[in-house]
Amino acid sequence: MGGVFAAALVAAAILAPVIAPYQYAAQDTRPGCQNAPPSPAHMLGTDDLGRDVFSRLLYGARVSLAVAFGVQLVDLLVGVGLGLLSGYYGGRLDHLIMRITDVMFAFPDLLLAILIMAIAPPSLLNVFVALGAVSWPSMARLVRGQTMSLRALEFVEAARALGASDARIMLRHVLPNLLGPVVVAMATGMASVILAESTLSFLGIGIQPPYPSWGTMVSSAMNSFRSYPLQVVIPAVTLACAVLAFNLLADGLRDSLDPRMRGL
Amino acid sequence: MMTPPVLSIRNLHVEFPTKRGVVRAVSGLDLDLWPGRSLGLVGESGSGKSVTALAILRLLPCPPARTSADRIELNGEDLMAASPSRMREVRGAEVGMIFQDPMTSLNPSMTVGQQVAEALSQHHLATKREARRLAVEALARVRIPNAERVARQYPHTLSGGLRQRVMIAMAIAPRPVLLIADEPTTALDVTVQAEILDLLRELRAEYALTVLLITHDLGVVSEFCDEVAVMYAGRIVERAPAERLFSSPKHPYTLGLLASLPGLSPPQGGRQRLNAIPGQPPDPASIPSGCPFHPRCPRAMPACSAQEPPEVELDAKQQVSCLLYS
Repeated sequence: MGGVFAAALVAAAILAPVIAPYQYAAQDTRPGCQNAPPSPAHMLGTDDLGRDVFSRLLYGARVSLAVAFGVQLVDLLVGVGLGLLSGYYGGRLDHLIMRITDVMFAFPDLLLAILIMAIAPPSLLNVFVALGAVSWPSMARLVRGQTMSLRALEFVEAARALGASDARIMLRHVLPNLLGPVVVAMATGMASVILAESTLSFLGIGIQPPYPSWGTMVSSAMNSFRSYPLQVVIPAVTLACAVLAFNLLADGLRDSLDPRMRGL
Repeated sequence: MMTPPVLSIRNLHVEFPTKRGVVRAVSGLDLDLWPGRSLGLVGESGSGKSVTALAILRLLPCPPARTSADRIELNGEDLMAASPSRMREVRGAEVGMIFQDPMTSLNPSMTVGQQVAEALSQHHLATKREARRLAVEALARVRIPNAERVARQYPHTLSGGLRQRVMIAMAIAPRPVLLIADEPTTALDVTVQAEILDLLRELRAEYALTVLLITHDLGVVSEFCDEVAVMYAGRIVERAPAERLFSSPKHPYTLGLLASLPGLSPPQGGRQRLNAIPGQPPDPASIPSGCPFHPRCPRAMPACSAQEPPEVELDAKQQVSCLLYS
């Protein structure tokens, strides 16, 4: 159910240039076409500059999902990688990595992302960096815990008794068995990154105009909220639905990947 | 007996420092395995059998375990001095190992064919493609029907007996010279146990394998082993050829173990009580002084608590560590 909506969202984002009736920055300069209510020409109306809201919404989905996927990739490489090393080797390396994650956890996520964005010039790449930097520690924690419990299982011992090297045990015997929780965490992560990206953009330090993001759409419409509430409501509702969709997807994945939950 | 032993262990000690003191899991163990023979290492839980097996392959995590030995020689090569990469070659390629619980000893996320193939390809004994073919062959050789199809299945779809066969296929596919089987039948039910033992016996004859069988089940020993070493509290208390151990056991502990086996036919008069050895195996953190068995021994003498009994050679084949015979 969550999967269907999430898939539709991804499809819409990829196909945005095809589906969107207008360019995201194209202005309809005819009189009466600014802040217009929904009409056959503009199905969700236009904003204060006469830009088509529906088109901007589609392009905004591109940004949100690109950032979300990018950050998940960072999680996958950095978070899973460090978590695996930490959980497998233990000892000093584990201590070091876990203290780093502790430090990262001590900062409020959003504040740290804002800090990074304040230092670095706002760009799509830096949004990745900022959100990636705050999201990998929880993935590392998760993977470390899973690795530690898997490492103690007999088949890992058996693999070692048959002469497998550490790298092989990690990649072939441990990693595949923790993919379930990792996939679930990634789906949840998608939701929170989408929200975080919109927050940064709303605050004006994320995606820069004229490129649309759901966050910037809400913030620019805030000024005329009383007169044209629809322009705030539409991106906000889309955002809420997207977050809900990925959370439902995560739930669904958890149920189908957890053998204990199967058939209940 | 002119050929050198496949495996020769002298004075093996394994200790685990714990909060309650040092746990001496194995103290001063000597063991020789001769080519093509099978030795049963018997003892209660906690007597140090499995730790011995893991110590041979240097698989004990090194803190906390402290392992020392005058030598652990595999075909004349001292494993105590071997490099980590050499040890990885030895594991699997030269010494195969079968674990107790086939339910948890296979990777749930790989097909059994892949797992057997990996046992081969990780030692570069075969290319990836050959390894696949050899894996199916190995599965067929451990009498798995439909090996081709089973190779593509995941462990959770197989029964315990089949999984143990897969474990055996993994262990023997690289053609090791020594097979260590740690309680290979304990987790299986009795009929499957018999099948697995039959299989191991066939494979042993086929490959002239040397086997170290670790078990607490004297029945398994009598069926499978040429020689037996009885362990108690980290020491070997008696060693003898299998039939000799059953016909004329010498150490009071061995006697107790044999007496505690249920007989096949009940004696005259109906009921038979199982003869248990009184007491509990000693806490490995505080092993009694002298002979560790003396608090439970029906024939204990005052000297038993003072003096650790030396190993006495009754004849060329039977040795016992008990003051009754010295």
